[in-house]
Amino acid sequence: MQTIHTDVLVIGGGLAGMRLAIGVKRRGHDCIVLSLVPPKRSHSAAAQGGMQASLANSIKGEGDNEDIHFADTVRGSDWGADQQVVRMFTNTAPKAVRELAAWGVPWNRVQQGDREVVINGQRVTISEKEAAHGLITARDFGGTKKWRTSYVSDGTGHSMLYTMNDQAIARNIVVHERTEALALIHDGARCYGAIVRNLVSGELLAYVASATCIATGGFGRIYRATTNAVINEGMGAAIALETGVATLGNMEAVQFHPTTLFPAGILMTEGCRGDGGLLLDANEHRFMPDYEPEKKELASRDVVSRRMEQHMAQGHGVRSRFGDHLWLDIRLLGRQHIKSNLREVQEICSYFLGIDPATDLIPVRPAQHYSMGGVRTDYRGQCPTLKGLFAAGEASCWDMHGFNRLGGNSVAETVVAGMLVSEFIADYCDSAESEMALSSTLIKQCWRREHDRLQQLMSPDGNENPFDLTREMQDIMTDKVGIFRHGDQLSEAVEQLQSLLQRSRKIRVKNQISGANPELVAAYRVQKKLKLALCVACGALQRTESRGAHFRQDFPQRNDNDWLQRTLASWPDENTASPQLAYEPLDVMSMELPPGWRGYGARDHIEHPAVQQRLSAIEKISQQSPTGDRFALQQALMPYEHLLPARFRGRNARLGEAEPCS
Amino acid sequence: MQLTESTPAPRSLRIHVLRHNPQDPQSHPHMQTFNIEEADGMTLFIALNEIRETQDPALQFDFVCRAGICGSCGMLINGRPGLACRTLTKDLDADIYLAPLPLFELIGDLSVDTGKWMRGMSERLETWIHTQQDEPDLDALEARMEPELAQNIYELERCIECGCCIAACGTARMREEFVGAVGLNKIARFRLDPRDARSDAAFYELIGNENGVFGCMSLLGCEDICPKDLPLSTQLAFIRRKMAFIH
Ligand SMILES: Cc1cc2nc3c(=O)[nH]c(=O)nc-3n(C[C@H](O)[C@H](O)[C@H](O)COP(=O)(O)OP(=O)(O)OC[C@H]3O[C@@H](n4cnc5c(N)ncnc54)[C@H](O)[C@@H]3O)c2cc1C
Repeated sequence: MQTIHTDVLVIGGGLAGMRLAIGVKRRGHDCIVLSLVPPKRSHSAAAQGGMQASLANSIKGEGDNEDIHFADTVRGSDWGADQQVVRMFTNTAPKAVRELAAWGVPWNRVQQGDREVVINGQRVTISEKEAAHGLITARDFGGTKKWRTSYVSDGTGHSMLYTMNDQAIARNIVVHERTEALALIHDGARCYGAIVRNLVSGELLAYVASATCIATGGFGRIYRATTNAVINEGMGAAIALETGVATLGNMEAVQFHPTTLFPAGILMTEGCRGDGGLLLDANEHRFMPDYEPEKKELASRDVVSRRMEQHMAQGHGVRSRFGDHLWLDIRLLGRQHIKSNLREVQEICSYFLGIDPATDLIPVRPAQHYSMGGVRTDYRGQCPTLKGLFAAGEASCWDMHGFNRLGGNSVAETVVAGMLVSEFIADYCDSAESEMALSSTLIKQCWRREHDRLQQLMSPDGNENPFDLTREMQDIMTDKVGIFRHGDQLSEAVEQLQSLLQRSRKIRVKNQISGANPELVAAYRVQKKLKLALCVACGALQRTESRGAHFRQDFPQRNDNDWLQRTLASWPDENTASPQLAYEPLDVMSMELPPGWRGYGARDHIEHPAVQQRLSAIEKISQQSPTGDRFALQQALMPYEHLLPARFRGRNARLGEAEPCS
Repeated sequence: MQLTESTPAPRSLRIHVLRHNPQDPQSHPHMQTFNIEEADGMTLFIALNEIRETQDPALQFDFVCRAGICGSCGMLINGRPGLACRTLTKDLDADIYLAPLPLFELIGDLSVDTGKWMRGMSERLETWIHTQQDEPDLDALEARMEPELAQNIYELERCIECGCCIAACGTARMREEFVGAVGLNKIARFRLDPRDARSDAAFYELIGNENGVFGCMSLLGCEDICPKDLPLSTQLAFIRRKMAFIH
């Protein structure tokens, strides 16, 4: 058994993992990044639309600031988010965009003067200020009050990830490509690294580290219809779950994106609608204003996806051999705009369907897109129940998205979390807390356990096929744990998933080859994915309310009275067939923005008993606060600045905003 | 849209794959043929996964985004480098020949190590913004940039490091160290970027040799096959002129 030592083990080479690595290295700690694939191929590269940060440069973003970004994010989350974390995030997001700008991302810039844009189906002329010329511009995205999404054409994630990786290469950051963490090394109280499989040679190694950070992205591939890459299988969340100690937060909060190319499931970015694209039905009728007169196509994703499914269920979908779909119409944006700002969309339409979106309608349907749930951490990104374990990015439940994340807030989260959590990890490594008294027996035990598991899968006793199990799981998830959920179907799903989990313990890998063995990989991953699927399905079954992306037809109201709680799933006993669920209440009395109506979607939630009390407290604080100083008011309502690492506490400069007196 | 039309009887495809597992001392390169029935909208991504799931679970290949964005699935498709995930079988004959990209280290079957090659190239060419300022001021307004310049930089940044240009390159076949169109395009990208403080002389140090800009024989296989339609020939010619001038 080969053992590799480092200070910080970063599992995942996407935006979150790479920014983390840069951060800890800057603080003088060694690190190794693990990645299933060359890190520039991580799914962050597929983000097209953009990154939210309240720069307020564009005329349509004028007046934007952290406060508005904060409120949009909390409303978007349907009050599931941790509001202090949202504050930390919104204050750091402009710094993240600016750091990336300095590092080389060619953000689209403001061009002074008049330009034509499409708003609400109409061509209108807006005029950009001379003072803003050359600063980073923004586009509109769903669920936001201002145009706040910075972008690089429609290759935002690609540019960000390449820049981040190039910066990591500049800093000599070591990446072990084509490696997979299979288990965490831990003793129930402390994490010491991971057991890792080399995906080329098949070799099993031990990586020992003072701090381990999971940055493995989302788990969309437990669904059949998903925009996620084939490597987004949630293995990071799964290995945390398998410790039996770490918990996964809000796993039932799964986002479905309204517009994915039908039937392939490839994403058509929200930028299509942000830039003025419309949704049409079989009669080419624009139906969103009928349901959502205020935000129309640009209500939050959960709302638009449900409205689309609802509209199709009423018989207004376009029929096709593969099922029903609707149309996305971006013809009105014009060929020039599509060519320069939505080129990826044009390429995908042309390659996969042979259509030209400048003249043809695009067939779309909602599909799984984002995992709000993940490894539960505190505001430092640290797992509260397993010391030395951290998580960041989509793999984590930090929790700034609650039950629905806004478009553009995810790549922003990856970089912001990378910036902040790397500082906290470095602090941890600098402290006495991180000292390890690690026995080599523990490492060997963990290694042996994984070795035996793999052997077991190759043993001739079993008869189950991992590919079949995967397909069955994906069908169950898409059919029964999808956009519209119901108690009966969820119970069925849980039962069926449990039986698949039992069957997965009898997998037989026919290929006995050593080295890369795709069948073996499919085998151990499906066992883990089934556990995640059960966390999602059980969480959804237990949560008898509707919140954000989690919608129960049998409990259509948001119920703050009973469910203003974060779900925590753990799997303490390897031999059981379901996770243990616990709940962590959110404290209304400390919220800056107490629960109310989101500004779109349903209005009829069941109120939390403390809301009125909190509202009057806020009223009182606002009256006492010196008028006009938004920072002082914010500080009085919900202090958070002390939670930020000192180097990221500064105020963000904006055009036209008075210089902050600090 | 083809979705609502009725289909004729599906074709039967013969997919011929060049197989070899260097990890296995017994293995030697050979062609193997898989028969599958074509489905509507079938891509090579779908076809190869079906083969792996139903016929040969040991078959190796790389897909990640399956949308033509990440560059993982470069391979020789009927002898021509291309992205398998967005190649529709309906555009090909019923006999389809697949082989790994040449010139990269073979991992197994259709999987090659482009990651290692690209990292090596990046290290040699220092493909990152070189600034004088150590750490940017994150609280201040960002430095301004002309909108058009930002877009022009992005045009060159669209490279997805798929390796197709290397596989199609005559020079790369003869010179192992040749940085190829992918490398030279990166130099063009950073040279265009005012945030990068390097001078032409500094760039010359990196590519002013036979493994760089003077190695290119202008056969331009690269531009023909680039899946992102990058203007490689223009960039190569431009960089060569600039570098020759320094010389
Ligand atoms: C098609 C698409 C478009 C999107 N567009 C946008 C957008 O416009 N704006 C926005 O804000 N968000 C967008 N998102 C969401 C956003 O892109 C992701 O949430 C984000 O990029 C995730 O980054 P990450 O660093 O957390 O993970 P990823 O980028 O997914 O990286 C995960 C890394 O972990 C590695 N890994 C995984 N498991 C293991 C293991 N067991 N061992 C070792 N390594 C492992 C992988 O190799 C990879 O390097 C989009 C998502 C999709 C699917």
